[in-house]
Amino acid sequence: MSMQNINFTLNGQAVSTDIEPHRNLVELLQRFDLFGARESCGQGLCGCCTVLVDDKAVSGCLYFATWVDGKSVTTVESLDANGALSIVQQAFIDCGAFQCGFCTPGFVLMVHQLLKEHPNPSDDDIVHYLSGNLCRCAAYPEIIEAVKVAARR
Amino acid sequence: MKQVGRDIPRLEVRAKVTGRAEYVHKLRLPGMLYGKVARSTVPHGRIRAIDTRAAKAVAGVHRVVTGQDIRKLIAEPYYGPAFHDQPILALDKVHHVGEPVAAVLASDPHVAEHAAQLIEVEYDELPAVYDEVAAMAPDIVVHDMLKPAGTFADLKHLKGRTNTNIALDYHLRRGDVDAAMSRASRVVEHTFKTQQCLHLPFEPFVSVAEPGDGTLTIYTSSQTPSFVRTEIARLFGWPENRVRVRVPYLGGGFGAKVYVKLEALVAALAMLVRRPVKIALTMEEQFYMITKHPTTFRIKSGVDQDGKVVARACEVFWNGGAYADIGPRVTQKSGFTAPGPYDIDNISIDSYSLYTNRTPAGALRGFGIPQLVWAYESHTDLMARELGIDPVEFRRKNILREGRPQASGTAMKDAAIAEVLETIAARMGWSAPFDRGSGTIRRGRGVAIGFKASISPTTSVAIVNVSADGSTTLYTSTVDMGQGSDTAFAQMVAEVLDQDCEDVRIVHPDTDVTPYDMGTLGSRSLFHMGNAVRLAAEDARTKLRALAAEAGLPAGTNYPPAEIFKKRYGMQAGNVIGTASFVPAYKSPDAQTGLSDNVTPFWMIGGSGVEVEVDTETGHVRVTKLVNAADCGTPINPGVARTQLSGAAIMQLGFTLSEDMRLDGGQVTNASLADYKIPGIRDIPPMENLLVEAEQHSGPFGAKGLGESGTFGVSPAIANAIHDAVGVRITSLPITAEAVLRALRAQAGQPLEDE
Repeated sequence: MSMQNINFTLNGQAVSTDIEPHRNLVELLQRFDLFGARESCGQGLCGCCTVLVDDKAVSGCLYFATWVDGKSVTTVESLDANGALSIVQQAFIDCGAFQCGFCTPGFVLMVHQLLKEHPNPSDDDIVHYLSGNLCRCAAYPEIIEAVKVAARR
Repeated sequence: MKQVGRDIPRLEVRAKVTGRAEYVHKLRLPGMLYGKVARSTVPHGRIRAIDTRAAKAVAGVHRVVTGQDIRKLIAEPYYGPAFHDQPILALDKVHHVGEPVAAVLASDPHVAEHAAQLIEVEYDELPAVYDEVAAMAPDIVVHDMLKPAGTFADLKHLKGRTNTNIALDYHLRRGDVDAAMSRASRVVEHTFKTQQCLHLPFEPFVSVAEPGDGTLTIYTSSQTPSFVRTEIARLFGWPENRVRVRVPYLGGGFGAKVYVKLEALVAALAMLVRRPVKIALTMEEQFYMITKHPTTFRIKSGVDQDGKVVARACEVFWNGGAYADIGPRVTQKSGFTAPGPYDIDNISIDSYSLYTNRTPAGALRGFGIPQLVWAYESHTDLMARELGIDPVEFRRKNILREGRPQASGTAMKDAAIAEVLETIAARMGWSAPFDRGSGTIRRGRGVAIGFKASISPTTSVAIVNVSADGSTTLYTSTVDMGQGSDTAFAQMVAEVLDQDCEDVRIVHPDTDVTPYDMGTLGSRSLFHMGNAVRLAAEDARTKLRALAAEAGLPAGTNYPPAEIFKKRYGMQAGNVIGTASFVPAYKSPDAQTGLSDNVTPFWMIGGSGVEVEVDTETGHVRVTKLVNAADCGTPINPGVARTQLSGAAIMQLGFTLSEDMRLDGGQVTNASLADYKIPGIRDIPPMENLLVEAEQHSGPFGAKGLGESGTFGVSPAIANAIHDAVGVRITSLPITAEAVLRALRAQAGQPLEDE
């Protein structure tokens, strides 16, 4: 299959690669050894594959890899690049906001976007932003608490 | 500092919030091929021909494998924990839609997937049976012959049986039910049903097999690495030590990932092509792997004039689907608790595990208990209403008190049934006035309690390794899938060895290194493996003291381990290995009466109280309060324990209100998260999760498991609350708005037009 050359910014670094047009963003990230975005439902419903593209959360399983050409991609792996956890990550730990951890990177990135746009989110804001992320372990009460703790900090 | 009872975050939190935690889904090995499965399109049929030519012709396809190819490698390629009934790939017959028929291997999973869709299979279709009660008659027989695994002595008599769908029938007789029913002042009888639903871990099933020099390594998302090792070794006719099973973290399990799932298939494929093979299912494919038993439960009780239940007859039919998996154990182990946590002198139980042409059913967070509690707590509520007794008061009158024998004859010990009931009633403000709503919004409330026996017979082995600098490592084959077992065990080791639990390192299951564990299932780890871990740590402590004596250090002084090693070996060298196994006493139920005076090592107790609002115009039910309580023994980590209770209750909320695997002509019609609705963040009612502390005397540091207890009461508490609000009784799960509206309209004498 024909390859397409794409150039984009990945967690702050300019990168270039060749990729087939049918690959999705999750597969693209795996080529860079980034596994925090995980394909689960394959339909953009569970949010396990959440990635920020130009600071907007997208479902990596439904987003063609070639679409990131010329754009900026941020994954969960960037959040502690300086060695320290983000405020949101620390709040998730302090509130016990996950169990198996498989959906956690998606929630964490979505909460980053939420708090960027609503630094003091209402309960409605929280469930509105997080209704596209599912957690089968059902840590929802702790996740809501973590959002509030992160907002306070 | 005291380690047990500390409310600390789980040890692996940093790896999980950064996305760096190890799951099998990440694993890629040099030369690895991806497998994709071609699945049966019919529910029941004989395979006439499999045409793989088009699939083989696809560029990039390495190999196409059918059941006949596997048979050349393994003469009897059937597996299963209770029955050896499941072929690695279908042989001769298919028994459910979605059954694996062939596998395609390619370096690119997209190529394998495309090619798998080109495999053409011709079937001679056979009539199919989907309903558990219909399957009692041998009109349509799913399997030509029963093949018990031989692991369980009580299944041996079923070997070779033909013309039946009954994989196991369990019967219990206590007292004289007929006589007591005839003397009772009132006899009530109901039938309750549950639907087929499933686990849907967000890390779908994934396994990798890597052939070595006369060995095989399997990396798998499994809750039972020791069982996988034994079963794969048995299939190949190898000694166990040639099979190595490794399990990192799991992205959810909930009972789905027990026993053999994808492991036999990847193992056989890897041995056929002599290359590593990975199979990762999609979310859709999980609907064809393992589910929760649909059930029909006929329950009949006799009550005397004082409101005491004097007799109960239970008939439970478990829809096991096409392969038995662990269903026969569910039928028996859960079967003997079918009368509920009530003190009843005369009991009969008949529990049947049935084959049908559906996706197989196994264990799902509660091992059958939620299906039973749904029936007996709905029934109990209806009885209380009929007798005009308050439902909480009716339960107080009838519950099993400490020391009283349960249906099986085993005495209740360390079972906080009354405490759980009273905790819920108090937090619900049960005796206070209650606002019943008005107009089209009516309010109601309900309670329900349930109980479960722990698994037995069962074995757990642990190894504690103290290194020469005093740092400690724990080796077990228990799988941490988010329930916090790593952390709880670290707390126990640290408590015994007087360390900080954060300093204890946990080695994840690797059967070359970690010792045997029956499996991470049935809320058993904290109690069973916890006891082994505690004993292993105590063994290490004893050996450290012996080493100190050998080194000539005076007794009675607490030397740091590093000093003991240095003194004994002259440098930082050596190890102390503490080891222990834990096997609780157990007596299997008598084959005739179903009775045993020691049927479980401990009891789990859980319950819920619910308030609802019902919209009488739409049937919509809103849960406005959910109080969950469970006997948690003495909690090792109270924060983690509460989240287990909460998560279990929310999961059961989904099984109660929305989750329903729909079937049309044997085809699953909603095999995706778009059409199969699980709870999201908008579906969470105001909740309270209460730990009822009651020491489990035989547990490690007084602890017991509670991963499932939060599921027990949720469904019937909601049905009871709906009845309380609007006077209609829902007897089948799930409780959809449509079901409630239909019941409301029928009650008003205006049934919906299509009825």
